[in-house]
Amino acid sequence: MSSRPAEVQLEATNSAAEPAFLRIENVGKSFGAQRVLESISLDIQRGEFLTLLGESGSGKTTLLRIVAGFEQATAGQVFLEGQRLDTLPPHRRPIHTVFQSYALFPHMSVFDNVAYGLRVRGCDRTEAKSRAEAALAKVRMDSFAKHFPRQISGGQKQRVALARALVNRPKVLLLDEPLSALDANLRVEMQRELKLLQQDLGITFLFVTHDQSEALAISDRVVLLHKGKIEQCGTPREIYVRPRTAYSATFLGKSNLLRGVVKHGVADCGIFSLPTQLPDGPVVFSLRPEAIAPATASSGDSLVRFQARVRTEQFHGANTLLALQCAGGIELTARLAAPLGSGESHSFAFRAEDCIPLENSEKD
Amino acid sequence: MRSTRRNALLVTLPPFAWITLFLFLPYCLLFCYSFWSLGEFQQIVHHATLANYAHLFTNPLYLTVILRSLRIAFSVVLLSLLIGYPLAYFLVFHSGRYRHLLYQAVIIPLWVSYLVRAYAWKVIFGNEGVLNTLLVWSHAVSHPLSSLLYSPFAVIVTLTHIYVPFVVLPVVASLEKIPRELLESSSDLGARPWQTFLRVILPLSLPGVISGATLAFLLSFGDFLAPLLLGGPSSVMIANIVANLFGADYNWPLGAAVAVVILLIVVTILSVTQRLERRQRFA
Repeated sequence: MSSRPAEVQLEATNSAAEPAFLRIENVGKSFGAQRVLESISLDIQRGEFLTLLGESGSGKTTLLRIVAGFEQATAGQVFLEGQRLDTLPPHRRPIHTVFQSYALFPHMSVFDNVAYGLRVRGCDRTEAKSRAEAALAKVRMDSFAKHFPRQISGGQKQRVALARALVNRPKVLLLDEPLSALDANLRVEMQRELKLLQQDLGITFLFVTHDQSEALAISDRVVLLHKGKIEQCGTPREIYVRPRTAYSATFLGKSNLLRGVVKHGVADCGIFSLPTQLPDGPVVFSLRPEAIAPATASSGDSLVRFQARVRTEQFHGANTLLALQCAGGIELTARLAAPLGSGESHSFAFRAEDCIPLENSEKD
Repeated sequence: MRSTRRNALLVTLPPFAWITLFLFLPYCLLFCYSFWSLGEFQQIVHHATLANYAHLFTNPLYLTVILRSLRIAFSVVLLSLLIGYPLAYFLVFHSGRYRHLLYQAVIIPLWVSYLVRAYAWKVIFGNEGVLNTLLVWSHAVSHPLSSLLYSPFAVIVTLTHIYVPFVVLPVVASLEKIPRELLESSSDLGARPWQTFLRVILPLSLPGVISGATLAFLLSFGDFLAPLLLGGPSSVMIANIVANLFGADYNWPLGAAVAVVILLIVVTILSVTQRLERRQRFA
């Protein structure tokens, strides 16, 4: 077994006084011999925008489908406002879903799609009409009420699916990669709209995505799932600034992983030595590319300085990614505001406290 | 350029020739015959006359038989749907790993000769048949029921048995095409299972229902073996009349006129159901 550095308390813990709105307790799921989810526990607060982030196969969609009721958990329980939820069939849960494929009914007009949830629950005719119209106006699709799903674009279908799921005023809205079928510009626009809508309505959103930048941009809290387990959970900033594991550090944004050995309060990472309080043994640090800066501009004793040659530069407009070749074969990535010129050797520096020690989640 | 045109011609020629020789020309011939008449010595008189049609529409026999054929065909469709739709539904949504087996079970009867299946019902419905023996043995009746065989009932049961697969297969196809997210989405929005069935599954499977029902209707409407083998005088169908007119009665002109009327009815029904089906399709 790999050694574990001292436990780092990073998880955003909910205040004990406020009971969880949606509680997922030790939920596990297996398909035959294959374990998809391993004892997931999660408390979600009322009005929170929580994102389940993970690559395909991480179990994020399965967890969402368990909350929606389309899958049965093989272990654990789900509670909503203290009431058992996982024993109810989907149609009796006050939870609605926006599907990745939108799942609009092709034989119904946009209006009938939105009014569907009201009608099947026996809502009064005139009330259903006014509520469906209001929901369509909310997503600015009121002028398309008489259209059929095949006559509108992907972005418009997305809005209709949203209106249809919101018209019943669910307690929790589940969103299963709702933006993944949209092109890049529209996606950013819809992220902004979703966030505004969620703040406006105050409904709890449980959002599933594999896109880390999307998760960082819209969530109050991100749960990073990896191989059916919670890798890390916290606000986007917490996860980004203080990644717990190498997987967190590299899945959310770019990160340099520095391997070293600690001896008597000093971590030796080849060309650098960092002061640390970790016990003796091997260690891996995460260093974000933007923490590295040209040494000329900065000064101070806590800085770690090093010489490196710029191998390649990737210009991204707002910033530039530099591949740095240091002594001893170590390669680092730095993010600077402007290019330096590749092939040249420069002096760089970073602050020792920007090196975040990682837990070894796996033997990698 | 030239060779691709010649190839296109070579490819389209056989089906074109087939349709002309075996469909278009016979229909034209049939149409012509319906305006000719029989002479004194049973010879065909090649003079255009409306006498056949006049006879057909004034003699109540033909209208009665046409209406009866429509009624029997309609009953067959109704029964086939009542049996076929639930079967298709079960096959698609609940059969699990037995699905393939069940699907085969629906198809295999199609390999058995129509005649054999019709005779099987004769064995079941006859005076000494399986059903009557069972009824008498269980003291449900004191004497064998003679009304089972040689009745419209026997014809309808036999035709239903034969045409149920023609309803099941298109309904299965249309049920399979419904994306599962739509059913999840419906249930997610608060619809109970029967509401999901009535509001989502049934409307989206209508194209299959319409094409299956049309097939069963037209095939039953034009059937003449089942009424011949299992029907009595009260269940003579229009195809039997045509067969008689062309056969024993040797009145081809009148037979052609009846055939033309049947053809018109069939074409009308087909065009209506096709329009209905197209309106139900959503891509």
